[in-house]
Amino acid sequence: MSNVPADLRYLKSHEWARLEADGTITIGISDHAQQALGDLVFVEAPEAGRRVRAGEACAVVESVKAASDIYSPVSGEVVAGNADLGGQPELVNSDPYGAGWIMRIRPEDKTQFAAMLDARAYQAALAAETH
Amino acid sequence: MPFIPHTETDIRAMLAAIGASDTEALFDEIPAEFRTRGLDGVPAALSEMEVGRLMSDLAARDTRRLNFIGAGAYEHHIPSAVWAIVSRGEFYSAYTPYQAEASQGTLQLLYEYQTMMASLTGMDISNASLYDGASGLAEACLMAVRANRKSKSQRILLPVALNPTYRSVLQAIAGNQRLAFDLVPYDPQGGQTVVAALEKYNGQDITAVVIQQPNFFGTLEDVDAVTDWAHANGALAIGAVNPTSLAVLKPPGQWGVRGADIACGDGQPLGVPLSSGGPYFGFMATKSEHVRQMPGRIIGRTLDLDGKPGFTLTLQAREQHIRRSKATSNICTNQGLLVTAATIYMSIVGPKGLAQVAATSMQRTQQLVDALARVPGVRLAFDRPRFHEAVLLLDRPVGPVLEALASRGIVGGYDISAHYPSLGHGLLVCATETRTRADIETYACALGDVMKSAAAA
Amino acid sequence: MLEKLIFEHSAPGRSADAQFPQAPVESPVPTELRRAAPPLLPEVSELQAVRHFTRLSQLNFSIDTHFYPLGSCTMKYNPKACNQYAMLPELLGRHPLAPESTGQGLLQCMYELQEMLMEVTGMRGVSLTPMAGAQGEFAGVAMIRAYHKSRNDLARNEIIVPDAAHGTNPATATMCGCTVREIPSLPNGDIDLGALQSVVGPQTAGIMLTNPSTLGVFERRIREVAQIVHGAGGLLYYDGANLNAILGKVRPGDMSFDVIHMNLHKTFSTPHGGGGPGSGAVGVSETLLPFMPVPLVGRQGNTYRWLDEKDLPLTIGRLSSFMGNIGVLLRAYVYMRMLGRAGMQRVSEFATLNANYLMIKLREAGFELAYPERRAGHEFIVTLRHEAREYGTNAMDFAKRLLDYGFHAPTTYFPLLVPECLLIEPTETEAKEDLDAFVAAMIAIRQEAQSEPEKLKGAPWTLPVRRLDDVRAAKHLDLKWKAA
Repeated sequence: MSNVPADLRYLKSHEWARLEADGTITIGISDHAQQALGDLVFVEAPEAGRRVRAGEACAVVESVKAASDIYSPVSGEVVAGNADLGGQPELVNSDPYGAGWIMRIRPEDKTQFAAMLDARAYQAALAAETH
Repeated sequence: MPFIPHTETDIRAMLAAIGASDTEALFDEIPAEFRTRGLDGVPAALSEMEVGRLMSDLAARDTRRLNFIGAGAYEHHIPSAVWAIVSRGEFYSAYTPYQAEASQGTLQLLYEYQTMMASLTGMDISNASLYDGASGLAEACLMAVRANRKSKSQRILLPVALNPTYRSVLQAIAGNQRLAFDLVPYDPQGGQTVVAALEKYNGQDITAVVIQQPNFFGTLEDVDAVTDWAHANGALAIGAVNPTSLAVLKPPGQWGVRGADIACGDGQPLGVPLSSGGPYFGFMATKSEHVRQMPGRIIGRTLDLDGKPGFTLTLQAREQHIRRSKATSNICTNQGLLVTAATIYMSIVGPKGLAQVAATSMQRTQQLVDALARVPGVRLAFDRPRFHEAVLLLDRPVGPVLEALASRGIVGGYDISAHYPSLGHGLLVCATETRTRADIETYACALGDVMKSAAAA
Repeated sequence: MLEKLIFEHSAPGRSADAQFPQAPVESPVPTELRRAAPPLLPEVSELQAVRHFTRLSQLNFSIDTHFYPLGSCTMKYNPKACNQYAMLPELLGRHPLAPESTGQGLLQCMYELQEMLMEVTGMRGVSLTPMAGAQGEFAGVAMIRAYHKSRNDLARNEIIVPDAAHGTNPATATMCGCTVREIPSLPNGDIDLGALQSVVGPQTAGIMLTNPSTLGVFERRIREVAQIVHGAGGLLYYDGANLNAILGKVRPGDMSFDVIHMNLHKTFSTPHGGGGPGSGAVGVSETLLPFMPVPLVGRQGNTYRWLDEKDLPLTIGRLSSFMGNIGVLLRAYVYMRMLGRAGMQRVSEFATLNANYLMIKLREAGFELAYPERRAGHEFIVTLRHEAREYGTNAMDFAKRLLDYGFHAPTTYFPLLVPECLLIEPTETEAKEDLDAFVAAMIAIRQEAQSEPEKLKGAPWTLPVRRLDDVRAAKHLDLKWKAA
């Protein structure tokens, strides 16, 4: 069982996204993903200023058993990567939707965010995956 | 049946348990059309006694000769203790330490090795080995492409004075991933890479610069100048080095202002016999910031459930068995047994011994060069300081001279005229601490005879 | 009790004086290139070094000391004769670049090894230069690419790989500049032919397969697989990691493979050495002969010589500084000469007998097989998913507890497709009693899982260290000793 907050949007590849008041989008990985990976030992977040395209791999999370790419759900410019994760990658495990956020992007096109899965659709995708 | 312990009784009992009539039935899933009838091209079995005789006879055809070749593989004295310990079944027949608790011997040894290599190269972190020096350099170039994010060109500068086989292997291995290599010339007087020749690349997008120290000719390069140029131009500096030389030469980690970024090379001189070409091992070391881009296995120290220290493979998420198509490399098996030999060798000779080996080898090569250059028709090619190899120029083709020397019991050096035709008849010679003054005299006399007969002919 | 590090035995100025030249030599190095401080190498006596490394060796499990049923690794006995005869002084002391006239004995060995490997694999050419299986794979995929390029078929850069493949396969494809396309395996372990048919096309460079597969079963419709891939213009690559299952019974060349790599450190019993050296010799069909990595050994009358770029102008090139891992190749040669033709055939026979016997005994003891209706090749898979659900003890816990019982654990969690799996390969050199003892240990451990699961979860208990913290190792990197 994993936590899927209703107010966020998701990708099938387990990224979540939150639209902030200032129009930027905060992105991280879901509770399901952090459970599957196990204790994270390293996170590589993108640098501020980097331009990314939707679907582009722009961050890496690494545990003892796996290293996974994180895909940006939107095209735009990276505003910030979470600097706390350098010393405390385990924040992604303990608080994946809060302090464990990975990057913040200013999107070029708001419709890309709207096109993401809502919480119910992501829940359904998870159920199908784990049959 | 060699190495198969089954008795008739065993076989019957096992087949009964399986419920098969004979061992043939166990292959019943294999379509009959694929079944081989017999391996007629393979000779009949030999007992250990017979194979021992066979091998002794074969080896006897290759009588030992006095060796003066280097060119990437160096004859050094190996203390008897090294291979006595390496050949112990617990090291020899152990596997990769995937079950760390059952492999603390190998893992601790590799941790000690990593410590020694990091220090020897002047770097922060060493891996637990790659296949050899040439493929190791290819891995270093691929790593530089990954690590140098700001560079997009994937262009790497190589010295012409880099070991020609290394250049060839680089092309074969890294050429597939769209790396491009540009060559930087050497000075015909001194034998060193021309630093000024780098200036034509000023301001261009260069991913990395490779420096071999000493270079293929044995000449010592201006490592500081090249390293600083690389960094000033946004390129990484890769040092391909001889490990024995690092006992007396400034290591890559101290080249230039910031130090080279990656150090690599062939570890064969450290306790590994020439063995007709291999197995050797490649070493690689780097700065902390690049550790996640470094291929190969890495051992780390950690704690066990009782809080006691122990060793384990770490950073495996970069490797093929987890990352698969996104791995830093496809390397799996590496060269563990040779690293074991090198670690024991370095422990026995220690810093003082390794420095003595290096300094004595330099001295012997100087004596060799002095003796051979006195022979008419032979002269020294380059006048700059060297490590333990030198290029001599002959007044006639090198091949027949080497054959004549071989028939006199001497392996005189490596013919480099095909690789470096502009030099003329170039012969790369090497004398390590294993060559005595008497050996050198023997060579000089023999060469004198050979050159005189050839001149008379 | 853990051993101190060699550095902790050091004392400044201590050295093994018998082992290096003693006459003081003034440093001939120019000042600006001189090393300032000596490197951090141990300063110990010869006895201290010998004692330290001997004691370290005693902390290892090895084939010489333990049953080591690591699936996919083929941990068979490494005959001591192979070590002894590969290290004869004339072979050991020879420089690779010495004139060929001084190495005819060695070259003859290498030539005959090439010939024997061609015979057992059914291939038309063999190159001994790749230094490990992964390098052999690289050579194989590179040759496939070179072939397509030579025919101007430049769009072909997709390599098909079954989802159960060893990680080196997709990693290799990427290293060769190819993209990877995974296809699924069916529940019975065979490849999904329908899926294969749907992914082949003008972009297909080839497919990488092993047979028997990593699932331990023989791909029965290999003929159809070959037809589909060849029909689409691609080539077939055989990963020889599992050659022990079919040595002398089936030849990859007869199954229409275009290129194979062999793991001499698996099938031909060269030492695993704590992680290498290996040797990944490649064999090719007629199609790929021109592209083989150099050098190879050629023969003219009674004289042997190295064939290089001049002889094979279309070669994919050199993969090593010299000619590959000659010492390993010599060991493989001695092994093959000792086995001979009959011995070679018996390898797969008894490897398969041992695997099937062990599989049946474990099944009878109530363990769940991943592919119960299939014959084992030389290895098979047990899944502990039931035990994990019922008792909370997973495959890792079983593996660690096996160490306490004096067995090296089988391969765990590979292939990735089977949950909580153990991939078990006994090899042909193990006696029935040792297989029975292994079964007894597994039964005892499962009993413990049921009644005292902490015995598994806290294992190992009897080794030099308890279970090690992997997460800490990766988070707090301690990769070398530092002086206090």
